[in-house]
Amino acid sequence: MRSRAWTYLTLGAASLLAGGSAWAIPVNGGIDFQRPVTETAKRVQAFHMEVLIIITAITIFVTGLLIWVMIRYNKKANPVPKKFSHNTMIEIIWTVAPVLILVWIAKGSFPILYDQDVMFGGAQVEESEVVDIKVYGNMWYWDYTYNQNTDKEFIIESRMLKAGDEARPLKPERGDIGQLSVDNPMVAPAGRFVRLKISAKDVIHAWAMPQFALKVDAVPGRLNQLWFKVDEPGIYYGQCSELCGKDHSNMPIELRILPQAQYDQWLAAAQADPTNGGRAYLDSLPRPSATQVAAAQ
Amino acid sequence: MANEAKHAAGHGHDHSHDHAHDDHHHDPKWYSPARWLFSTNHKDIGTLYLIFAICAGIVGFVFSGFMRAELAEPGLQLFNGTAFGGFFGTEHNYNVITTMHGLIMIFFMVMPALIGGFGNWFVPLMIGAPDMAMPRMNNISFWLLPVSFFLLILSMFVPGPPGGNGFGGGWVLYPPLSSTTGHPGLAMDLVIFSLHLAGMSSILGAINFIVTILNMRAPGMTIHKMPLFAWSVLVTAFLLVLALPVLAGALTMLLTDRNFGSKFFEVSGGGDPIMFQHLFWFFGHPEVYIMILPGFGIVSHVISTFSRKPVFGYLAMAYAMVAIGFIGFVVWAHHMYTVGMDVNLKAYFVAATMVIAVPTGVKIFSWIATMWGGSIEFKVPMLWAIGFIFLFTVGGVTGVVLANAGVDHSLHDTYYVVAHFHYVLSLGAMFTIFCGWYYWFEKMFGIKYNGFIGGLHFWLMFIGSNLIFFPQHFLGLQGMPRRYVNYADAFQEWHHWSTIGYWVAAAATIVFFVGVLEAFIRRRKAESNPWGEGATTLEWTLSSPPPFHQYNDLPRVK
Repeated sequence: MRSRAWTYLTLGAASLLAGGSAWAIPVNGGIDFQRPVTETAKRVQAFHMEVLIIITAITIFVTGLLIWVMIRYNKKANPVPKKFSHNTMIEIIWTVAPVLILVWIAKGSFPILYDQDVMFGGAQVEESEVVDIKVYGNMWYWDYTYNQNTDKEFIIESRMLKAGDEARPLKPERGDIGQLSVDNPMVAPAGRFVRLKISAKDVIHAWAMPQFALKVDAVPGRLNQLWFKVDEPGIYYGQCSELCGKDHSNMPIELRILPQAQYDQWLAAAQADPTNGGRAYLDSLPRPSATQVAAAQ
Repeated sequence: MANEAKHAAGHGHDHSHDHAHDDHHHDPKWYSPARWLFSTNHKDIGTLYLIFAICAGIVGFVFSGFMRAELAEPGLQLFNGTAFGGFFGTEHNYNVITTMHGLIMIFFMVMPALIGGFGNWFVPLMIGAPDMAMPRMNNISFWLLPVSFFLLILSMFVPGPPGGNGFGGGWVLYPPLSSTTGHPGLAMDLVIFSLHLAGMSSILGAINFIVTILNMRAPGMTIHKMPLFAWSVLVTAFLLVLALPVLAGALTMLLTDRNFGSKFFEVSGGGDPIMFQHLFWFFGHPEVYIMILPGFGIVSHVISTFSRKPVFGYLAMAYAMVAIGFIGFVVWAHHMYTVGMDVNLKAYFVAATMVIAVPTGVKIFSWIATMWGGSIEFKVPMLWAIGFIFLFTVGGVTGVVLANAGVDHSLHDTYYVVAHFHYVLSLGAMFTIFCGWYYWFEKMFGIKYNGFIGGLHFWLMFIGSNLIFFPQHFLGLQGMPRRYVNYADAFQEWHHWSTIGYWVAAAATIVFFVGVLEAFIRRRKAESNPWGEGATTLEWTLSSPPPFHQYNDLPRVK
């Protein structure tokens, strides 16, 4: 178990080594959120910290009261019990005070909710500026459609890498992470508004990206949408978050955020060969090594 | 039976004659099968419910042990198709185990223990009634449950998804995973039948409680003088009667979707799988209050008894439960923040959900105020009650975090949620069950338990369950999703601690059974009121155990 500060140092060093691209993974023994990457995620985590302080204070307060009554009013300390059973003033206080605290929490909560759910946080974005990616959940892999409804449309299928698997072997030495890395990662450009349209082809799945504070169900017959804008190029991991059967834990999401120029090259490569082209291009880019991955965990 | 009914009406018969009659016909030996199979006596039926809940609880607890053993380290330990000769099956069977753990603990452990067990035993005793209003219905309420449980266990051994046995779609039963798309086999149909029967059992029981409490209180016991446990069961019974038919409806629609070509939840026919979730949680959210409200009642009595002080703010306590029950029906979609609801709808559910914290806070503070100024004795039931207040506070405040949809987008379906609801249920409801068990053990069985063993049970359970579930908050924040049989290496530290906690809780459970055995072997003679002046409710005026038929002369409450 390592401290958060130390973890950040490691991650920072790793991102420098990896050619300026950031990445974030769950940290063994970590007690907090994964490192936030989007503005939205930073706001969510800041708000959570506010609420965490409030609820910790409440828990300490209640525990303190319990300890106090156990010391002051146990049989030895107070052999003769008092007989009161009402006190209107205190009852009003402990009804009104929680209401005020909740109003305070709600005041911070609603703006964050609308920021997430209203497309692009309410920013006016030209349709031509938006990168659209269609996401489908399947038993048990994700597929991503790019350039949908154009003559450049192509679909990549994204399946988990497994140690010892012949078709999709996990290679820790090149920085693959068990249960998180996939053969064909989803790719999106940095610094652009990305809109995901999410659905499923069989049962309900859920597309989640902890570092972006994003999660939405992929429901057959329904189209849900999510948006994000990430400035830091890097590798980000999420996992299916709605029970979908036997291999529910084996359909992770790996998302590469690339600078626009590299994204364009990837797009061309993947369109030419959706099965291997995109992956081959990504393998030509620098990425965190096995030792860096091990150090961060 | 006729006797109960006549007593209920408070008739003016010759009581001495009745009594002789009762003794002659109604005091069968404990080993007589007819006494248990055909029982219409609320105390016997309560005992049956408790025994059933303990048996189901063992099954549910062993299942959670399978889960913790699997999750002790990354990779597949048990559910890999080869361990122990393939006994545990594959990843699918892990999902079956989690599903069964949830359903068993909810429908066959907590509800039978709190409502069927303690409710049956003590609601009539506390309100001064000779028995439940409908004793035969009481019998069928209980005997539906073992049948229902049998169907549920049977479902694990018949085909579910292609190539697997049992239903592994989670206790929430969401289609299309629970429809023929995900589980074409018979297993899911058996689960549906099982839950239909369990639901009927609960609805019949709930009707019985409502009728009993509204009509059979002793002379002078107005509704505002009624003990809080009876209040809590009354509110719970209304929740059951209103919520369970909705579950039954949803299950029936699922059944016809699966077998008769209807398309309620089938996208291909214009249906909507999200509609099932709305129906399910319209039942499911009140259900969580169904599981905790009777416990609130028990804790109120225990706190008052061992503080030797009347309950602080009795009316506020009663109506806080009514308020919690009412609000419980208008917050259901906070379980569904990620399904793609309109943002304004989410905002409503955020606001409504946070309101629940207010009556819950009233209860927590009133319990502390009951202790304030009291003369507290730390007998075993009191330990469980105080432990409950602390754990329920922890589980409650994380509920406030989850109520905020903006944060819940990060935490939904992670271990944070698992930690939250186990703090209010596994540590909350479970602690109230043990609280009631030790509080009423002597009254029910006419023997004393060993206080040292009871205390040891409490401390092991308190440490163990905290060790299981507190680290799961960290896992959830780090992004560990629920219902995962396998996970990335980065989650292993806290999973490891969580599994150690399970073994401590398992030791506690063994101590519990040792305590029960010890009490039944030593058979120390019980007193009618072991707790002294603080125990003021009517059950303490009776012998321990109470006579087979009590209150032949109805008690009068001033």
